[in-house]
Amino acid sequence: MVLPRSEMEFLQPESWAEALAVRAAYPEALPVAGGTDVMVELNFARRRPPALLDLGRVAGLADWGTEDGLLRLGAGVPYRRIVTELAGRAPGLAMAARTIGSAQIRNRGTVGGNLGSASPAGDALPPLLAAGALVELASVRGVRRVPVAGFCTGPKRSMLAPDELIAAVLLPPDAGPEQFAKVGTRNAMVIAVCSFALALRPVSRTVGTGIGSAAPTPVRAAAAEELLVAELPWADRAALPEPLVRRFGELVAAAASPIDDVRGTAAYRRHALGVLAGRAVRRAWAEHRRGGVRG
Amino acid sequence: MTGQILPGARSDGSAWSVGAVGGAVAPGCGSSGGVRCVGGGVGGIGASPVRPDGALKVRGEFAFSSDLWADDMLWGATLRSPHPSATIRGIDVGAALAVPGVYAVLTADDVPGDRHYGLEVADQPVLAVDEVCYRGEPVAIVAADHPETARRAAERIVVDYGVREPVTDPEVALAGGRLVRHVPIRKGDPAAVAEVVVTGEYRVGMQDQAFLGPESGLAVPAPDGGVELYVATQWLHADQRQVAAALGLPVELVRLSLAGVGGAFGAREDLSMQVHASLLALRTGRPVKMVYGREESFVGHVHRHPAILRYEHGATRDGELVYVRARILLDGGAYTSTTPAVVANAASLGVGPYRVPNVTVDAYGVHTNNPPCGAMRGFGAVQACFGYESQMDRLAEAVGLDPVEVRVRNALAEGGSMPTGQVVEGPAPVARLLELVRDRPAPPPVGDDPRQLPGGVANTTAPEQVVRGVGYAIGIKNVCFSEGFDDHATARVRLELIGGEPTALVHTAAAEVGQGLVTVQAQIARTELGVERVVVATADTSVGSAGSSSASRQTYMTGGAVRAACRAVRAALLARLAGGSGAGADDGGVADDGGAVGDGGVVGDGGTVGDGGGRVAGGGLELAGGVIRDAAGRTLGTLVDLLAAGPVERSVRWRHRPTRPLDPVTGQGDAHVQYAFAAHRATVDVDPELGLVRVVEIATAQDVGRAINPQAVLGQIQGGTAQGLGLALMEELQVVDGVIRNPSFTDYLIPTILDVPPMAVDVLELADPHAPYGLRGVGEPPTISATPAIVAAIRAATGLPLARVPVRPEHLTGTG
Repeated sequence: MVLPRSEMEFLQPESWAEALAVRAAYPEALPVAGGTDVMVELNFARRRPPALLDLGRVAGLADWGTEDGLLRLGAGVPYRRIVTELAGRAPGLAMAARTIGSAQIRNRGTVGGNLGSASPAGDALPPLLAAGALVELASVRGVRRVPVAGFCTGPKRSMLAPDELIAAVLLPPDAGPEQFAKVGTRNAMVIAVCSFALALRPVSRTVGTGIGSAAPTPVRAAAAEELLVAELPWADRAALPEPLVRRFGELVAAAASPIDDVRGTAAYRRHALGVLAGRAVRRAWAEHRRGGVRG
Repeated sequence: MTGQILPGARSDGSAWSVGAVGGAVAPGCGSSGGVRCVGGGVGGIGASPVRPDGALKVRGEFAFSSDLWADDMLWGATLRSPHPSATIRGIDVGAALAVPGVYAVLTADDVPGDRHYGLEVADQPVLAVDEVCYRGEPVAIVAADHPETARRAAERIVVDYGVREPVTDPEVALAGGRLVRHVPIRKGDPAAVAEVVVTGEYRVGMQDQAFLGPESGLAVPAPDGGVELYVATQWLHADQRQVAAALGLPVELVRLSLAGVGGAFGAREDLSMQVHASLLALRTGRPVKMVYGREESFVGHVHRHPAILRYEHGATRDGELVYVRARILLDGGAYTSTTPAVVANAASLGVGPYRVPNVTVDAYGVHTNNPPCGAMRGFGAVQACFGYESQMDRLAEAVGLDPVEVRVRNALAEGGSMPTGQVVEGPAPVARLLELVRDRPAPPPVGDDPRQLPGGVANTTAPEQVVRGVGYAIGIKNVCFSEGFDDHATARVRLELIGGEPTALVHTAAAEVGQGLVTVQAQIARTELGVERVVVATADTSVGSAGSSSASRQTYMTGGAVRAACRAVRAALLARLAGGSGAGADDGGVADDGGAVGDGGVVGDGGTVGDGGGRVAGGGLELAGGVIRDAAGRTLGTLVDLLAAGPVERSVRWRHRPTRPLDPVTGQGDAHVQYAFAAHRATVDVDPELGLVRVVEIATAQDVGRAINPQAVLGQIQGGTAQGLGLALMEELQVVDGVIRNPSFTDYLIPTILDVPPMAVDVLELADPHAPYGLRGVGEPPTISATPAIVAAIRAATGLPLARVPVRPEHLTGTG
């Protein structure tokens, strides 16, 4: 018997059209952007794809701008640039990007890669959920935009079709006060034990949430969102009632379905989410009261 | 910030300190810090010359053992047991051998010599023999022309396992007779009573050394039927002995050279891939390289023993200790490794650096089906210190004393006696070290830079959500090998003219594991021989054993041997001078092992204190700058002239003063060579709601006897403290049912630069009269007390009892 050799094909398109054509022709090729997830899996021999589809040279994939009134963030924009260039337009995502890995990882890692990995611990996903972002998926068949809320279908599973690539994420332009916080057991370079993102949109009087590392996929806390929509003193920007904060924390904790694992217990995750949620809404509301409405 | 002299440490002012700044700068020769370079000259002892590996490592150009290469080499891979306990009913290697590119597949049946090895007891199979006793135990090895091919072929080996129920609870193991060693310590009245009694049970999780350079090396078959092995290890000759026994070869046919070591911390004291690569090389006739992956590395070396410690302290109402009773249970895992010595350390150091009239300690090491445990920095003293220092805080609380005060009241001092009855000779500045860290200025209050808050930049915690706490601890560690072990080190020193310039070649088998030993050897040669040019040869087995780079012993032992060899060279030069021209004198040239010093119990120059810098023994002569002068300062000759007749070479096997075994019933005996002490004050900020901790500052005070290389001393103190911080807050191999659940750096967390705080360091240099230059081993003490100091600070901040390390957020929030 002859085992397959350890070599693998390395496909390196230089344009988006070429990338989509290659993706269609080699659906078994594993797309790789910054490589901060994929290369670890290869090094640990957890994956041996027959080919890698490197998106690092695709022109335009690392651009961002405004499109259809939305903020369009190319899938290849590295976290470092999100931190330095988008803290005003996408504050929650920028806060999350700042917590990711080390400086080297933030130089390489991308939101597109985070979505592609579809890990429940993907740090960029809760703020995208909270912001109500769309994911733009492209193939030679065409382009579709799907809510990020439905994109992840299970741990490391997504609705990405075998011939599709993640092109961009699209964020609403009316970012209001946003918060993101994550708990890890050291102060840097740590996978989230749990994380929480909150977006207040005073213009539309809506609220978004995102919970990370506490369910099979990143999830929203819908009941907690409804509570704030209904009970935040939007009109007069009055001080936040403590019982509302407490109830919000409880509903966020209840929305999670965490497990015990090496990073933490389910009980801790639930507890910590309640604490993070309370802190997030206090901070966000304080920002709103200071007049932090962006249009 | 530069060093500053602390008043009153020693008459010559040899004490110094470094402030709590990020990039602490060690004082050294020529700095404005005021530290004297005694007898140093350029790059001699007391200086901090640039280490030869420093720039290479910073630039990523240093060649580690995993970088070794031979053009025609094969790659080895290891098949490991997936079960913590199982019989092996059969192994079918046929499918693996059939893989193209595979050159050999070997099992226990292919081991030509001893099928078991071990540092103290040869009970660990080279390859599993009829059974496996831990998950990850090597079962078979493969050589192939590509590492991936070797790994895939290994997966095709079919092993028929009869899975057994593993024993993973050390209490069950002890009750079931799986004892490795019991060390009792009995001193004074076993039935002593006291006015105040505090008790506690404490647990220490399994810490890993977490070196960054995985187990790796290259074995090259030699024309004479032997093997040349290039490997990252801590003790070349212990490897040589075990490899030769397994290969069934005389030791002279197994020749080892030290390859670049990427960290050790005890994890390279036991064999890993050494025999396997050699077996494959001899079988295939090709060089064989083996490099463990990260996950494999976590089962490829021993770990720190997890411990269960029960303590009862009795004291007067004034906080004076009356008795200590302790039971310490250490999980040794599947094989013996160094468990017996770890048990002895935990027992003999089990009450800490305190005067205790009545002591009853029982320390046990047991076999389980957990991963094997053995040497790790602190070696039994770490676990005990978490127990006794937690107890000292409970005692302080019970008698209403400040935690430093209760320790000072009971502090061991010079001339005091240990629970083993051993009298502590030489300085034992326990009280002073505690006072030094206590009297340090407090760090600034919490600020709003997120990097300095619990949770770091993850945005969890605001300054108003933080509670601050301060904690103290002090530890004690034995230096060098104990209990009558014949501990020696050999150095060969050759002085000759190269290009007309006197040059010293220092050759030892001592393993540079990153601690800076190569630099220290050169410094000693410069000081002793008064030359600037020193070449330190690669450590290998063509020179006598240096013993292990462990037990904080290598500067003491190999440093002592290099000093002795240099002095033998000097004596020969002097004889040449007395002989006139120096030509034809029979002393000259190369002498082999003629200068054994300290052998057979003779202390030799082990009893000499001071620097001896350049003084030629007995002659009142001085050798400095290549010139020999008499007491009146007259030039008698130059090195260049004396060496014109040829090189002078001396080899010395050097011993520390002998130790004795512990009495097996009472635990009495002068078992240790030297004691070393370090104290810590930890300041922490805790977010109690989330259970997150940030260590704000750690102040350390340590007596190093004599800082041969002040910068390296600081490096050891900072690194050791960080490793203790890791054990306090995050470092644990989580083993469930014999399986390590987090064998990666994704989930085995070690402190990052954002977790390690500024460190304020006070260094005392109180000479030990028995040690070379008065030095005291430095590497381990700072690891020992950092952990309990940090936990004490968290207790102070939260009021929680916290009886287990690492402390997890669950423990602080009641969600465990």
